[in-house]
Amino acid sequence: MSDLSSNAAIFAPRSGPLARTVDWIIRHPRMFVFLMVLPITLWLGIVYIGALIALLIQSFFSIDEFSGIIVREVTLKTYGELLRPYNLDIIVRTVGMAAAVTITAAIVAFPIAYFAARYAKGKWKALFYIGVMLPLWSSYLVKVYAWKLVLAKEGILNWVFAKLHLTWLLDGLLSTPVIGGNSLSVSYIGTFLVFLYIWLPYMIIPVQASLERVSKDLTEAASDLGATPKQSFRMVLFPLALPGVVAGSIFTFSLTLGDYIVPQIVGNSRLFIGQAVYTQQGTAGNIPLAAAFTVVPIVIMGIYLWGARKMGAFDAL
Amino acid sequence: MHSETRSPLGLKLAAFGGLFFLLAPIALIFLYAFSTEEKSFQWPPPGFTTKWIGVTLGRSDVWEAMGLSVKVAAISTLLALILGTLTAAAVARSKFFGRETISLLVILPIALPGIITGISLRSAFSLLDIPFSTWTIVLGHATFCIVIVYNNAVARFRRTSGALIDASMDLGADGLQTFRLVILPNIATALLAGGMLAFALSFDEVIVTTFTAGNQTTLPIWMLEELVRPRQRPVTNVVAMAVVIVTVLPILAAYYLTKDGEHTAGSEK
Repeated sequence: MSDLSSNAAIFAPRSGPLARTVDWIIRHPRMFVFLMVLPITLWLGIVYIGALIALLIQSFFSIDEFSGIIVREVTLKTYGELLRPYNLDIIVRTVGMAAAVTITAAIVAFPIAYFAARYAKGKWKALFYIGVMLPLWSSYLVKVYAWKLVLAKEGILNWVFAKLHLTWLLDGLLSTPVIGGNSLSVSYIGTFLVFLYIWLPYMIIPVQASLERVSKDLTEAASDLGATPKQSFRMVLFPLALPGVVAGSIFTFSLTLGDYIVPQIVGNSRLFIGQAVYTQQGTAGNIPLAAAFTVVPIVIMGIYLWGARKMGAFDAL
Repeated sequence: MHSETRSPLGLKLAAFGGLFFLLAPIALIFLYAFSTEEKSFQWPPPGFTTKWIGVTLGRSDVWEAMGLSVKVAAISTLLALILGTLTAAAVARSKFFGRETISLLVILPIALPGIITGISLRSAFSLLDIPFSTWTIVLGHATFCIVIVYNNAVARFRRTSGALIDASMDLGADGLQTFRLVILPNIATALLAGGMLAFALSFDEVIVTTFTAGNQTTLPIWMLEELVRPRQRPVTNVVAMAVVIVTVLPILAAYYLTKDGEHTAGSEK
């Protein structure tokens, strides 16, 4: 009898249409899951992915050079245009910048991450955490703005060089062909510094995470077996931290490839891929070429991610 | 004997040098907000004044841009909270066809360069005949805010034992009661942290916004215009400082909310 009453308590019909609907959904797990993922599938899976595909399809259309009207016939003409010297320069410039930023970010980030992961304790650890999080989450534009303050002719960097009587060094750097310019804020050096600053935290975080995962026992075992600190770093710690570096490089590389605001504000007038996309779809009205330009970072990142996956970078994220 | 507690001098120098590189530009923003110099970015500042804070507070264009940014960030965060939590619950608690695809879908808008998301959404809006408005900005922002909430929520769902939910149902609570009394308290701090990070991200977003905003000016768009064509530098300095404060406070709060447990919320932007 008592069994029956407890059963009755479990299956007692609940009052109200809302509660009854909820109960019904819960008794049908498939329906439940379907309803939960329906909104996201509709928005991301259909509208967003649909728009991405529509954009890709447009890159196979071309533009009539006289009327400026988009010809809706499948052709590779627009991709041919991408290979013109002027456009090819844009691609090479952007990829070169992304590579330089990524390599430098790895070199600058490693000691910060290493110190924070292995040596910093308590208060210092918190300081390093804040030191990475603050610039990571500060407004992107404010960071660019801060660098305009730093790089300005009358700004702090020039002042520091002057105080150290090193103005000749700065002038020498700026007179270097290609990377130089009239002043820091209109040279590739300036663009490079701003990119490095903005994306550096994205490198530090995965590297630090992968270093923190390396057990202390391993380095101790290495030193017990007679490895010098240098050897145990090179042969034990660094190989284990490498997936973190690769994971960080995904961010620094991809973010530099797609950015169009930094080179517009700090740099010379030569375009990067992002700027080319922006002008082609906006003022130039050449959507097919803009779409073809967006395919470049997608393809590069596709290859990059495939390589990164092979190196185990995704486990380090 | 090699000891882990003492660090080599070179490493220390490189680490603290890097930390200085990361923090000095932000400190400069705070200094310049009080500079008396109006026309250039002169260093060292010739003098300090609080005059420009008053001037900025009196600027209606700044307030309007700020208001729009707060509104957009609030609505997109709310949307992201709902969609992100639902998706996280489904992915964490059950296996279904297309589960891997959904977790990839959610990450895509933030993994692809912002400019691609921006152009795609712009063309989607024009195909669907949606005129640019506050709502198109909100939709754009929600698209990439979902992943932030999702990441925080999915980690928490995985740690929350499913037995709790079963127990609650066995004890006679209905679905809504279980949600309100068992699930929500368990995931609340993760949602709060995710929500704050999403808010900060939306408040700051500029690239997708330039494609989905039409003629509306959010605070980052206002900043961008000032960066491209400077009109009043002292006001920009003060706004820059205010933006740092507004975005950093939620980050610190999110840090304290999630610091004991799982991976820190900010680790994936």
